[in-house]
Amino acid sequence: MLMIDCPWCGNRDESEFMYGGEGNIVRPQDPESISDDSWSDYLFMRKNTKGLYMEQWLHSYGCRRWFLAERETVSYEILNTHKIGEINPESKS
Amino acid sequence: MRGAYRLNSGGRLDRDRPLEFTFNGRIYSGYVGDTLASALLANGVRLVGRSFKYHRPRGIVGSGSEEPNALVQLGKNPRTSPNQIATQIELYDGLSASSVNCWPSVKFDIRSLTGMFSSLLPPGFYYKTFMWPRFLWGLYELILRRSGGYGVAPDMKDPDRYDKINAHCDVLIVGSGPAGLSAAVEAGRTGARVILVDEQAEFGGSILNANENYHKSHGMNWVSSILDELKLMPEVTLLPRSTAFGYYDHNFVGVLERVTDHSSISDGLSPRQRIWRVRAKEVVLATGSIERPLVFQNNDRPGVMLASSVSAYINRYAVKLGSSAVVFTNNDSAYSSVLDLLSSGVDVAGVIDPRPKPNGTLPNIVRSHGVPIFDSSVIVDVKGSKNIRAVELMNIDYDSKKIYGKSHKLRCDLVAVSGGWNPTVHLHSQSGGTLRYDVSKSCFVPGINSQNEQSVGSCNGTFDLKECIDDGIKAGSRAAYATGFGVGEWSENTACTDFQTEDPLCPMWKVPSSGNESKWTKQFVDFQTDTSSSDIYIAAREGYESIQHVKRYTTLGMGNDQGKLGNINGIGILADALGQDISDIGTTTFRPNYTPISYGALAGPDKGILFDPVRKTAIHEWHEAAGAKFENVGQWKRPWFYPRGREFMEEAVERECLAVRESVGVLDASTLGKIDIKGPNATDFLERVYTNSWRKLQVGQCRYGLMLGEDGMVMDDGVTAKLEDDHYLMHTTSSGAGNVMNWLELWLQTEWPDLNVYLTSVTDQWATIQINGPNSRNLLSKICEGIDLTNDAFPYMAVRRGVVAGVQARIFRVSFVGELSYEINVNADYGLHLWESVIGAGKNYGITPFGTEAMHLLRAEKGYVIVGQDTDGSMTPSDLGMNWIITKRKDDFLGKRSLSREDSIRTDRKQLVGLITEDPSTVIPEGSQVISSSSGSVPVPMLGHITSSYMSPTLGHSIALGFVEGGHSKLGEKVYVSINDSKVISAFISNPVFYDPQGKRQDV
Amino acid sequence: MSEIPTAKSSIEKELNSIPTFNTLNESSVFISEKRFKDHINLRLDISDDGNVDALGNILGVEVPIEPNTVNINGEVSVLWLGPDEWLILTTECYPNSMLDRLSKGLIGKVASIVDMSGGQTVINLDGPNSMNLLAKGCTLDLHPRVFGDGKCAQTIIAKTGVIIRKIDNSPSYDLIVRRSYADYLVLWIKDAAREYGLSLAK
Ligand SMILES: [Zn+2]
Repeated sequence: MLMIDCPWCGNRDESEFMYGGEGNIVRPQDPESISDDSWSDYLFMRKNTKGLYMEQWLHSYGCRRWFLAERETVSYEILNTHKIGEINPESKS
Repeated sequence: MRGAYRLNSGGRLDRDRPLEFTFNGRIYSGYVGDTLASALLANGVRLVGRSFKYHRPRGIVGSGSEEPNALVQLGKNPRTSPNQIATQIELYDGLSASSVNCWPSVKFDIRSLTGMFSSLLPPGFYYKTFMWPRFLWGLYELILRRSGGYGVAPDMKDPDRYDKINAHCDVLIVGSGPAGLSAAVEAGRTGARVILVDEQAEFGGSILNANENYHKSHGMNWVSSILDELKLMPEVTLLPRSTAFGYYDHNFVGVLERVTDHSSISDGLSPRQRIWRVRAKEVVLATGSIERPLVFQNNDRPGVMLASSVSAYINRYAVKLGSSAVVFTNNDSAYSSVLDLLSSGVDVAGVIDPRPKPNGTLPNIVRSHGVPIFDSSVIVDVKGSKNIRAVELMNIDYDSKKIYGKSHKLRCDLVAVSGGWNPTVHLHSQSGGTLRYDVSKSCFVPGINSQNEQSVGSCNGTFDLKECIDDGIKAGSRAAYATGFGVGEWSENTACTDFQTEDPLCPMWKVPSSGNESKWTKQFVDFQTDTSSSDIYIAAREGYESIQHVKRYTTLGMGNDQGKLGNINGIGILADALGQDISDIGTTTFRPNYTPISYGALAGPDKGILFDPVRKTAIHEWHEAAGAKFENVGQWKRPWFYPRGREFMEEAVERECLAVRESVGVLDASTLGKIDIKGPNATDFLERVYTNSWRKLQVGQCRYGLMLGEDGMVMDDGVTAKLEDDHYLMHTTSSGAGNVMNWLELWLQTEWPDLNVYLTSVTDQWATIQINGPNSRNLLSKICEGIDLTNDAFPYMAVRRGVVAGVQARIFRVSFVGELSYEINVNADYGLHLWESVIGAGKNYGITPFGTEAMHLLRAEKGYVIVGQDTDGSMTPSDLGMNWIITKRKDDFLGKRSLSREDSIRTDRKQLVGLITEDPSTVIPEGSQVISSSSGSVPVPMLGHITSSYMSPTLGHSIALGFVEGGHSKLGEKVYVSINDSKVISAFISNPVFYDPQGKRQDV
Repeated sequence: MSEIPTAKSSIEKELNSIPTFNTLNESSVFISEKRFKDHINLRLDISDDGNVDALGNILGVEVPIEPNTVNINGEVSVLWLGPDEWLILTTECYPNSMLDRLSKGLIGKVASIVDMSGGQTVINLDGPNSMNLLAKGCTLDLHPRVFGDGKCAQTIIAKTGVIIRKIDNSPSYDLIVRRSYADYLVLWIKDAAREYGLSLAK
């Protein structure tokens, strides 16, 4: 059972949160202009890193804010959490 | 009354409170303070069970959670529990227990005959023998199940209550021996919140079992003084009878507290057991260590016991364990058991020690008592079966580890053994910490930590009492300081200041055999699974090198004690067999739970009506009183149908449907999801999340919308009303409401921060009552004020505000059943009032409440899909024949790009169609497969499946909705629906709208 | 057809099955419902000073900026729910003027003012064991060092979402729960309170 540091509410039990998969996936600006392959990349392809992974979580039973969490997928340690917009999507991968 | 083997004095027993109990049908007595094991031994009961594979007679070996043999069936139905560990069962009056694994009785077990053929049951025997031929496996399994197994599960409902509680603390301390108590009091003094747990009924850990003086006073006096101090600390929680069974992520520790297990009386209010879900900032593990047995021929005979347990039964439980004992040890610690035996009046025939000249403090004291020490010696056999008669000794060469010389016998009826100590590293290992083999101490000790945790005392490989206390004090102080308490300094150890000198232990994983080690022997490594040392040599010979594989092949450590006694010896033996270092072999994985936990405790209160929340609408009581049958929709209870008199479901549903089509019916639709959308960009927002256009919608109008996932698949649908220019009310499906809300917030918060829109869930705020049918306007006009209800003033797909039955209301003219319909929404506190008013006003029209079944049938007649019943997350709007709802005027909306993906535009996709059976009275079962021909070779190509199917009372024939490959171009074609191997139903593909295709009835 | 509309609590029936005790039971937890009060969900951008001032004038108290805290002015309590979201509670029964005052006072502002008074209710738990009782279903750290007076939190009790608000150190807590889950929550409380005793507060 993880303890997750909501950027707004502080440490809360995992049961209050909903997992939202990889974070900082940017929706293509003009979907109609890109190929089926590029669109499929956006839709389906995720890094699923072994190690540090940028994820998005929703504090669904708390403040209802989505936020980003840097989680170590082996040790499950959560190194940092960020409010949306606090870090540039392009700067972290 | 007292047991024949009970000492006249001593022990931590309450001799004023005798108890009676039953074991294997016989009545015995004991005292408060006894365990079942100690009481049995005090009554001279040595034989407590049979082993799993060979059904050899077995006795009590240990005195705590490590006990492998003394598993009993405790209590009677419905409170019977299998596999209970006799050394951990506190005795209570009326306790009843019996041996497991014995048939027909513990003294004569038919299956012990397998022991005679034991050389025929090598490791992997079951795999090798019973796996072929495969078709006989079922029979083999039946036989194996009968001859194996540990006891029986109760077959009645558990009458006890179980509880869960969440707890937070600064410092959690596991174990209350010298190190744990020292840590607890040191941390407690800083004001930190401390929880101290111990699996035993009394705090004190190893001190309870020993006869040791701390600073000239008995150890238990020190324990009492510490406990007195702890009890006065308001932020300290003491949990005896509580096992820390699992160490999980982020310092989350599961603790099982046995609240009333030690008592025969239940007050019906307190739970039997309680799970503490502890979140600790810092954890101090002071879990102690478990003595290792020595592995020698017939070392499993009843009467061979761990030396530390021998001391425990003497000092704590005042049991005289025999008349003449030998002590077999490779280290100094067991010499204290010699002194305990002597003090209990047991003659000690000798100490057998493989070391040449044991010369530590304790061996020298033993010598001074005149007890013979057979050094450079080992036990090579035990004589006797259910009782020990003698042991056979031989000499051993310390360096070459070879036995030599002539054997000789020593008469005895008790053998106390010690092969050293295994630190209880289970929780440390579960926390993610690594282990390291300490060569000088010959044991695995904690290596690198992964969480905020420290191991102290003997679980950290510290076996000296003074050092244990020193380390405990420091750990308590450090842990508190790390959480912001204290100043990081610690107090002096005043409890124990003396070191004892000890000779090093002589590592010995088994007593060497004179011949081939893989020849089958009765040198048992794991008592519970009957794994012998030769099994491990055979596994190595057959090519198994990883301890994980050897474990599964030999079943080493696979009993419910998880090899607490045997595993490390097994690892040492494997190292020897492979010619490797023990540190290269490593250990098997330590997993929760440390000791078995009942399912009742894990379930806690979450059963029966509390298993899952039942959501009720504001009108629920009325439905109940009207005799409604309910259907689960997500967590909601919705009226399914309202049977009158002795009506069957079909009859009730038919009556309800016809009432809607002919006069008026009323439906409680309060469960529909409702989201309030407000802000200057509300219209832009709807444009992005729905497939159709919202720009031209006027205030006071409603529109149906279809919401797609980014993959282009239909996710949810519903009607959204425009209340103001910047204010909408969105309806979602009843079960999709939560998901839709999360989905919409995701887009607003992460991708579209530019949109100024606020969402608020208002599902619970509004009671929603739909009146449907030709008479609904007449009915509404009787109770509605302030709204012109004429079709011109309040047309189809409009929303108005007014007062209904005296209550402020929003009324939507929408319909899911294809009739003149009004959906009235009021503050839910007035929902019941409104419903009763509607029913009252509708009397003259024969108003009929209807449930979800009639509603589903009526909408199926109209060909409306239910997202989640007809769709399964793999249907595009086009598959549903709903291209009309995808506007060409928008550049983008969620899911749009996916609609032009190669796969989305295939013409052979499964498409929504109606199906009308050739025989109008046949109703196709929902979920059936649609196939193209009634005969032909198998496998038959599958064309699709049926998602909704009913007998339509309005139309007089059955109707079905389903998905068929390329179905839109197959109108009128005949297909077949497969029911079973020999039966098909023939049907024609039709338009899915069966009733009023022009939609005239709802627009009047 | 009844002429005078009657409001109905969703848990009245379940609460009425709980006994009231005249003599104080030392261990008992006391339960009561604060029913038919105003609950208003407010969304507003407070980075705009004008918004903050306008709101302060209407409420008579500033909205809390610190997460999970409550600001109180007499009969009005404002609970932090999110960086731009608050719950406004009044101790008077609805309908009162708060909804109107907010709607009128914030005209022209980008705000969402949503009446929740029928969609949720307040259950109060009071007594020495009320914290232990909540701990059975709630993973929050409720210790007064952490969750003191003036604190609130949106969280889970047992299997339903709630807002817990610490009232005083009796300890006393208000649980704000959605209407459709309130009945389940009371059933859960009755079960969890068995070892302490549960009394209906008068
Ligand atoms: Zn939060």
